[in-house]
Amino acid sequence: MLKDITLGQYFPGNTVAHKLDPRTKILLVLLYIVALFCAKGVVGYALMALCLAVCVRISKVGIKQLVRGLKPVLFIIIFTGLLNLFFVPGETYLFQWGFLRISEEGLRNAVFMVLRIMLLIMGTFLMTYTTSPISLTDGLERLLNGLKRFHVPVHELAMMMSIALRFIPTLIEETDKIMSAQKARGADFESGNIIQKAKALIPILVPLFISAFRRADELATAMECRCYHGGEGRTKLHVLKYERRDDIALTIGGLVLAAVLVLRRFGI
Amino acid sequence: MSAIIETKELRFAYPADEGGQPVFALRGVDLEIEKGSFVVVLGHNGSGKSTLAKTFNAVLLPAGGKVYVEGMDTLDEKLLLAIRQRVGMVFQNPDNQIVANVVEEDVAFAPENLGVPTEEIRRRVDDALKAVGMYEFVTHAPHLLSGGQKQRIAIAGVIAMEPECIVLDEATAMLDPVGRREVLSTVHRLNQEKGITVILITHHMNEAEEADRVIVMDDGLVAMDGTPKEVFARIDELRSMGLTAPDTVDLLDRLKKDGWNVPLDALTVEECADAIAAAAKN
Amino acid sequence: MEPILQIKNLTHTYGVGTPFQRSAVEDMSFDVYEGEFLGIIGHTGSGKSTLIQHLNGLLKPTSGQVLLGGKDIWAEPKKIRDVRFRVGLVFQYPEYQLFEETVYKDIAFGPTNQGKTGDELDSCVREAARLVGIRDDQLEKSPFELSGGQKRRVALAGVLAMQPEVLVLDEPTAGLDPAGRENLMANIRDFHRNRHTTVILVSHSMDEIAQNVDRILVLKSAHVLMSGTPAEVFARADELLTAGLDVPQVTRIAMALKARGVDIDPAVYTVEALEKQLLALRKGGAVC
Repeated sequence: MLKDITLGQYFPGNTVAHKLDPRTKILLVLLYIVALFCAKGVVGYALMALCLAVCVRISKVGIKQLVRGLKPVLFIIIFTGLLNLFFVPGETYLFQWGFLRISEEGLRNAVFMVLRIMLLIMGTFLMTYTTSPISLTDGLERLLNGLKRFHVPVHELAMMMSIALRFIPTLIEETDKIMSAQKARGADFESGNIIQKAKALIPILVPLFISAFRRADELATAMECRCYHGGEGRTKLHVLKYERRDDIALTIGGLVLAAVLVLRRFGI
Repeated sequence: MSAIIETKELRFAYPADEGGQPVFALRGVDLEIEKGSFVVVLGHNGSGKSTLAKTFNAVLLPAGGKVYVEGMDTLDEKLLLAIRQRVGMVFQNPDNQIVANVVEEDVAFAPENLGVPTEEIRRRVDDALKAVGMYEFVTHAPHLLSGGQKQRIAIAGVIAMEPECIVLDEATAMLDPVGRREVLSTVHRLNQEKGITVILITHHMNEAEEADRVIVMDDGLVAMDGTPKEVFARIDELRSMGLTAPDTVDLLDRLKKDGWNVPLDALTVEECADAIAAAAKN
Repeated sequence: MEPILQIKNLTHTYGVGTPFQRSAVEDMSFDVYEGEFLGIIGHTGSGKSTLIQHLNGLLKPTSGQVLLGGKDIWAEPKKIRDVRFRVGLVFQYPEYQLFEETVYKDIAFGPTNQGKTGDELDSCVREAARLVGIRDDQLEKSPFELSGGQKRRVALAGVLAMQPEVLVLDEPTAGLDPAGRENLMANIRDFHRNRHTTVILVSHSMDEIAQNVDRILVLKSAHVLMSGTPAEVFARADELLTAGLDVPQVTRIAMALKARGVDIDPAVYTVEALEKQLLALRKGGAVC
């Protein structure tokens, strides 16, 4: 059922990983991604994996949940791995069968590529698992605040994002209801070819869109009634504040990146 | 007592469909809502009651006549925020007025918009949630709450503005009887304890029983205006407007027509039983 | 009377194996008789919504059975769509399911899925529209141009057009004003009377149930609390009140009168009936 989908998953907790300022966490993930793409050798990758392991440990997020996050991208991971495995030319070939051949470089590339994608995804998921959606949008808004000077509607974008997050469960529930109602009138979503299946979606999509527009209209009125007038002069219930632990975390992040760059120089 | 809201010759028309005439939803309404009162506005669908409510905080602007909120003209754009801060509004669909995905963030929305300092927001959020009896849900996700609980969150979100008046625009229409009772007892308490003026728009007749004043709208005009007892005693007129009276009044009306000597203004079950028992004994 | 629907030891559990596991319906058994008008009442969370979605096979029982005409509806899972045509279910706020360009096409959605075409389809649609008071000239309009109350009628017609043997209505009058509520219920009563179709009405409103149905089923926390004719159920008004359920205002007046020593039967639930009792009392001179 649609209700089983968990979007914007967040596992509340009270660890340092949860308490860090969302801005710090966003920056750390960016640092981590840069470092991942800089890592070149076994030692570099080992360092990256170790970092993630330490962070996971601190956050007390189950490794199972992190691995589950990889499921939707499993295909991409396998595909990239195979592509690298068979199609990277090299000097020495370990295996050859017809046009399929595996070079030493190919094997190396494949392993590193798969590792890179997995670490990247797990790192990002660790952030969303430990940060509530609302503080994540808040963090993004504050980080991008400088762009306001270039007329980027930062506040509006952040508001859109948090309203989207707010309405995902509501719309999922609504889709469920509409589907049941149409099924009760004999709608059939399972059988038929692709075109018939696409056609069968109309009785769901039309009411869903109409309802979404109605909701948007009512929500806008309700927001205006509560004195919403854009981002100007707005204060916050939760003010983001850098603390000592944020300084420490960012320093460690910087040092890791530096270490990866040094390792890269030595090619390990 | 002074008026919090005053309308003078208020008219409002919705834009017409292609080629048609504009539809007048309000055709000259003169009202004064007293500060601290509990007013119920009744009327069938299309009687203009919701339109009237939406003119009270400048969601809709008069096409003719005036609306004053504490003397402020709603047509004056500069006063918009001041007016909306004083007159808060709760709507029908609980899902479509909750902005944030954490209860406390949602209640904080209005004070954040008003630029209230952070510590003050915290105090207001906590006070508002306590006032509606939802403090224990402070960090919950609103979509998991019941309809009545969601409406109480919406009320808390309005109280956090520290308004003078709350308008509930059919806010109980989508709720089950339990949710309806929750919302009603909450607004009655706010009215009594905090002196907040309450204007309740509804088509559930029994929600009017405990009001100070009942206004019945029909065809864009005020058709009746008085205490609940006065209004419900005019049962035949109510029926002609597509409304009903509580069964208590209905029964008394029938008995009276059967020649019994009973009053028509015994609204509650107890009053009604007293009246009938007294008449039966004579 | 023959039972058309038999619910046997029905249990439905959500979230089996998770910490959120809970039974919305637990070991429920009751029969629905052919041609009767049955009312189901209970609070939100009493299991009403879950229960009715079993009647047309939208939900599958965790355990227990639903028999339609003596046959388990899940005996042949592939034919479950036929069950949905035989047991028509109208959801809450059904106007939110409208999607077609014209009222006619929307009402025709169900019967078309049934495989009806041509004159047969046309007569189904027109008859359903007539039953709910939609005029012929409204059939070619877009359903979205209609008023809220009319939209709901169109949605109701969309289910009636399938000509179900059992009609299940979940809160059909929610959100309507008093006149709208009364008109819609009158349509449903007429439909029941003229067609002898079994109707199951789910409602929060004790008054609405009391005024319309032959038999009431009271649900409380996933179980059947009581069932019987309105007079039987409201005779146990005290139990209903302890269970946190409403009783009709008329019943409460009658109870208050009885408490004041007026000799009447408190299991009364319409204004007319109470009026009659009081008049008879006065005639008999048997006051107090």
